[in-house]
Amino acid sequence: MPLTTEQESRHLEKRHRKARIFAIFCAAITWSSVLLLAVLLYQVSIEGFRWLDWQFISSFPSRFPERAGIKSALVGTIWLISLVALISIPVGVSTALYLEEFAGKGKISKIIEVNIANLAGVPSIVYGILGLAIFVRFFALERSLISGALTMSLLILPVIIIASREAIKTVPQGIRNAAYSLGATKWQTTWAHVLPASFPGIMTGVILALSRSIGETAPLIMIGAMTFVAFLPEGPMDSFTAMPIQIYNWVSRPQEEFHELAAAGIIVLLAVLLVMNATAIFIRNRTERRMK
Amino acid sequence: MSQFPDSTLAEQNLQMSKKSVLELRNVNIFYSDNQAVNDVSFNIRRNKITAIIGPSGCGKSTLLRSLNRMNDFVDGARVEGELIFGNENLYGKEVDAVEVRRRIGMVFQKPNPFPKSIYNNISWGPLINGFNGSTDELVERSLKQAALWEEVKDRLHESALNLSGGQQQRLCIARALAMEPEVLLMDEPCSALDPISTARIEDLLFELKSSYTIVIVTHNMQQAARISDYTAFMEMGDLIEFNVTKKIFTRPAMKRTEEYVTGRFG
Repeated sequence: MPLTTEQESRHLEKRHRKARIFAIFCAAITWSSVLLLAVLLYQVSIEGFRWLDWQFISSFPSRFPERAGIKSALVGTIWLISLVALISIPVGVSTALYLEEFAGKGKISKIIEVNIANLAGVPSIVYGILGLAIFVRFFALERSLISGALTMSLLILPVIIIASREAIKTVPQGIRNAAYSLGATKWQTTWAHVLPASFPGIMTGVILALSRSIGETAPLIMIGAMTFVAFLPEGPMDSFTAMPIQIYNWVSRPQEEFHELAAAGIIVLLAVLLVMNATAIFIRNRTERRMK
Repeated sequence: MSQFPDSTLAEQNLQMSKKSVLELRNVNIFYSDNQAVNDVSFNIRRNKITAIIGPSGCGKSTLLRSLNRMNDFVDGARVEGELIFGNENLYGKEVDAVEVRRRIGMVFQKPNPFPKSIYNNISWGPLINGFNGSTDELVERSLKQAALWEEVKDRLHESALNLSGGQQQRLCIARALAMEPEVLLMDEPCSALDPISTARIEDLLFELKSSYTIVIVTHNMQQAARISDYTAFMEMGDLIEFNVTKKIFTRPAMKRTEEYVTGRFG
């Protein structure tokens, strides 16, 4: 006797077909976005590669395209991202830990939670205005690196907090119970077990957030990062420029050469982003392996 | 002699000649507005195994968790009445819950080793509590007590997550024993294990009882009958009967107990 009747097998065939169609649909969508990205990269590469040399990386901006470089913007971006990481990671992770582990589950926590989720969706230009009013004017930090870093930190904090909270939530309750039952305090439990166990997830959120901030232009324009900087910042109080601003500036010039310089700048920006992400993923995977 | 500094519960209280380690006096436990345990009183005897049995939802796990203040972490949980440990009420104002949990250890239903090495699983508790002896010796002694040493002595620095379920549960027991608790609470410690692992843990409990006081919640009546000296039978939050295990299983005083242990309900 056959395993299925004819009617059943026809029905089964239909179900399999549906599954195949869905798989093809998903693959098509995935590959079309990959393709789009590839076209973009190709376009940028053929425009910019001609200009990409050591001279480009080690020169200050200039009004002559052949002498112009991205040095001050590159150094500015590295400064900015380092400061943003220094500010936003401790603040974001501490906030997430507080909300998940220490704060009660009352109405106030709920209100804070909803508001953080809303803040993640606020346009970056709004953060720029806020940064201008608070850091540049009120705290009189001027148009400095620290103003930019604080503004940028505000912008990415919701992302870090939300991702960290999700990561902390996935730590099994059994681990906390085990620690408490050995006479551990809340702090000892959190520091020794909850934080290490959620570290990989927190890192993922941090990578996403920092990647977003490295490409942000609007808030930096708002707080007044300069577009023509012929010196390197030496401390957090110095004025600065960053790569997206430099690129924006070059794109908005009429000469064709500057557009190509912008493409070269984009390649450098992508390279920095890639190195940064690779490092973070490397750290994350190493701790993940150690946990197993 | 305690190996740990800064004890808040007076140590000498426990050297009392009294046979009871813990006395429950009119204990009521609430979750917000629901009462989970009603007016329960009985004594837990030193160096004996006390089993708490009863149908699902009878409040036996809730009661067990109140004995080392693990209910403190449940929102809305409230304990009334007295739980006398030594001369002090576990829920007294001056008693620190962290100190209570150091002295009254717990093993949970699902094995929950830390995602760290076997060695660190054992040594972490004592170290954070200010242990200053040799951790090597402590790890070896604890693993031997939990009958796990022979199986893991060559891979102490491997992850505890590579162990089998039964081994993980014995590791959790060893981890609790490393704190030298005066009472060891076990919340259905064998329910996630196969019969062979269960038998090993039962043998282990038998050996441990010479030096520890054990309270075990179990679903398995044969298990309670096999290993325990005293049995408390609970139903709907009430303590129906508390007595020597033999009596509970052969000549219970209450009709409900008899019906439950003979398998007529539950």
